[in-house]
Amino acid sequence: MFNDLPRKFVQDFIEKERWKYITSGLKTTLLITVLAVVVGIVIGAVIAIVRTSHDQMEGRKQGPGMVLLGIADGFCRLYLTIIRGTPVLVQLLLLYFVFMVNCPSKIVVAVTAFGINSGAYVAEIIRSGIMSVDIGQMEAGRSLGLSYVCTMRLIVLPQAFKNCLPSLVNELITLLKETSICGYIGLNELTRGGDIIRSTTFDAMLPLLAVAVIYLVIVMFFTWLMGKLERRLRESDKR
Amino acid sequence: MISVNNLVKKFGSQLVLDNITEHVSPGEKVVVIGPSGSGKSTFLRCLNLLEMPTSGEIIFDGQNITDKKTDINVVRQQMGMVFQHFNLFPHLSILDNLTLAPVQLHRMSAAEAKAEALRLLGMVNLSEKADAYPGQLSGGQKQRIAIVRALAMKPKVMLFDEPTSALDPEMVGEVLGVMKGLAKEGMTMVVVTHEMGFAREVATRVLFMDEGKIMEQGTPEQIFGSPQNPRTKEFLSKVL
Repeated sequence: MFNDLPRKFVQDFIEKERWKYITSGLKTTLLITVLAVVVGIVIGAVIAIVRTSHDQMEGRKQGPGMVLLGIADGFCRLYLTIIRGTPVLVQLLLLYFVFMVNCPSKIVVAVTAFGINSGAYVAEIIRSGIMSVDIGQMEAGRSLGLSYVCTMRLIVLPQAFKNCLPSLVNELITLLKETSICGYIGLNELTRGGDIIRSTTFDAMLPLLAVAVIYLVIVMFFTWLMGKLERRLRESDKR
Repeated sequence: MISVNNLVKKFGSQLVLDNITEHVSPGEKVVVIGPSGSGKSTFLRCLNLLEMPTSGEIIFDGQNITDKKTDINVVRQQMGMVFQHFNLFPHLSILDNLTLAPVQLHRMSAAEAKAEALRLLGMVNLSEKADAYPGQLSGGQKQRIAIVRALAMKPKVMLFDEPTSALDPEMVGEVLGVMKGLAKEGMTMVVVTHEMGFAREVATRVLFMDEGKIMEQGTPEQIFGSPQNPRTKEFLSKVL
């Protein structure tokens, strides 16, 4: 198994420049992940703010604004239920074969699928972050004459962000690894790149191990980055 | 300065404030006392609409603030509030805690706000804490900061919601000291407290609340010297 490793290495990665399956796959994986994270955070933040605003204002105010907020909250709940209740692979296949069948770019389909999926989880992470901030913070901001939006932006959200940062990074890591199912729609991302090499050279070990190590290194990098960021945010916690 | 007319507050079916009518004149120091659950904190929180009254009206400076058309954010800029649990902003330095609202609401330039904040910090002997964070301060220091944070907006009236109830006993004095200084300068104050000594010394008027009503009111001498209402007598006998 191990004695012809050098020969297999050459065959798997050097011959016919097969390493390019890995590098171009990695590029695609990172591209999908980064774009999907951005989409997910935007969706998640909007939903989290709609849902907490709705919960906090319920029964306190009336008027057309509250009705609208109630409807928006209903849609958000429906979205969360559907997205969290079905596998991401099924969502991806549904988009690719049904809802976005005319979309020319598989990457766009993948980013949409993972963005929408991640948004549901990010929404709950941010919502729990907002709820973890003491209600007195909002009251203190409002008592000074700051508006709800202003207090949210300057006082609640910065603290909420700090509280939910570890969970957000966790979600990012999950998302990165989940993109490995993009092979199902024929998108050549990292995992599929390794798998293509396996199926042409009939050597499974090296290409798949290489893929695994690359995922691992990226995840370790994110974890390290989060540690640094967390230490900086903890500046105000010193006693 | 503040007129409260037929104020009613219900939480669900529970009646917390039962038809309160009261008036606070400029320069008055009104101290509200009463057993827990009597509605005194809710009464105070209704004054700047942190609690929405169920019915009744509140007139501040000639303006009906319970009217939906009133911009409550503008009204609140004139009413400082100090909370039992300080509610300083933990992610901001002390200086930023003080300057955030005046600068955001365009009451002062950043430089003016900073100068004013440093003056206020000097007033409560905490100048050296300007760059510290709330987490580094003791409870008494935090509450003194909370008081000057409210003062930084140059309010016309200050509302205190049990400002010393969350403090260790040895820190109560320093906070009451700041409040006494403020009273001496002529600030209009409404104070909910269990500090009877403070009420006796500083109040121009004491309100005794129970079961959502103002049961009795008068000068500190009247309330503490010769209370008339049996509930007042009973309460005072327990706390004095």
